[in-house]
Amino acid sequence: MKVEINGEKRELPAAEATLAEVLAALEIEARGVAIACNDRVVRRSEYARHRIAEGDRIEIVRAVAGG
Amino acid sequence: MQNFDDSPLRIGAYEFHSRLIVGTGKYPSMEAMQAAHAASGAEMVTVAIRRVNLGEKGGSLLDYIDRSKMTILPNTAGCFNAREAVATAQLARELLETDLIKLEVIGDTQTLHPDTRETLLAAEQLVADGFTVLPYIGDDPVACAQLEALGCAAVMPLAAPIGSGLGICNPYTIRIIKERAGVPVIVDAGVGTASDAAVAMELGVDALLMNTGIAAAQNPVAMAEAMALATRAGRLAFLSGRMEKRLYANASSPMQGLIGAPSA
Repeated sequence: MKVEINGEKRELPAAEATLAEVLAALEIEARGVAIACNDRVVRRSEYARHRIAEGDRIEIVRAVAGG
Repeated sequence: MQNFDDSPLRIGAYEFHSRLIVGTGKYPSMEAMQAAHAASGAEMVTVAIRRVNLGEKGGSLLDYIDRSKMTILPNTAGCFNAREAVATAQLARELLETDLIKLEVIGDTQTLHPDTRETLLAAEQLVADGFTVLPYIGDDPVACAQLEALGCAAVMPLAAPIGSGLGICNPYTIRIIKERAGVPVIVDAGVGTASDAAVAMELGVDALLMNTGIAAAQNPVAMAEAMALATRAGRLAFLSGRMEKRLYANASSPMQGLIGAPSA
């Protein structure tokens, strides 16, 4: 399945069908990030249920230093 | 020192006793940042929102912020239009579990001046979406009044370009903004040293937001304390009601009873 994560094109294996599975594969802790899928924020409590579809644009963000 | 009873700073549903808001950018180390935050006495701290670098490991900035003492104010820095700013704010709300947002929509990469039209557009959408919106804006009384009318919880005029440390370049417009505003006025950007903080607070503004002024000092921890003292000094001087300025001298000691004067 072809998707875009943070602007990078990626081919996801079949085992990565939900946002929770994508995060686990990327070794990203859900606690420290927020995710938008096709410009809509996905609540953290929905990651395990949120199924990824072909062509999805996924943005994964975190807090960084700034003023 | 006698503790002068100043009313707390109220921004939307939030209440603060410190009138200094600090940033997390440009510190030489996370440890220096933590020590500077403690020395500043600040109760609110800004953070930015950025994409995770895929495949990169590392600690989180949030591990260095004590959320039991500091309220986090995420910003939309780096956004150039309302759409990006609203999307960033929504992600920040989910990430940090806060409705607070420092709305920053940049219109020019060299001066980092805000895009007023896009800031107004974003403010309207964010207020409607339930955010407590603190917009960074030019020192423009009309734009500030428009942002207040849209429901922003504060207005944050710049005093000089972001990161310039030029101080309060136009104290008259800052004063006009404060005189007309019904929401807190927070000077955001331009404060370079303690006297700038005092000057801004003496104008009557409600609070200061600064990052580079502390973080880029040779000793950020000492400067954080200097900024805290100056912010409080300026606030007290404003509340005290300063003496009137006069052109000529006016002796402080009596002019009667001088030795060598002819007796009356």
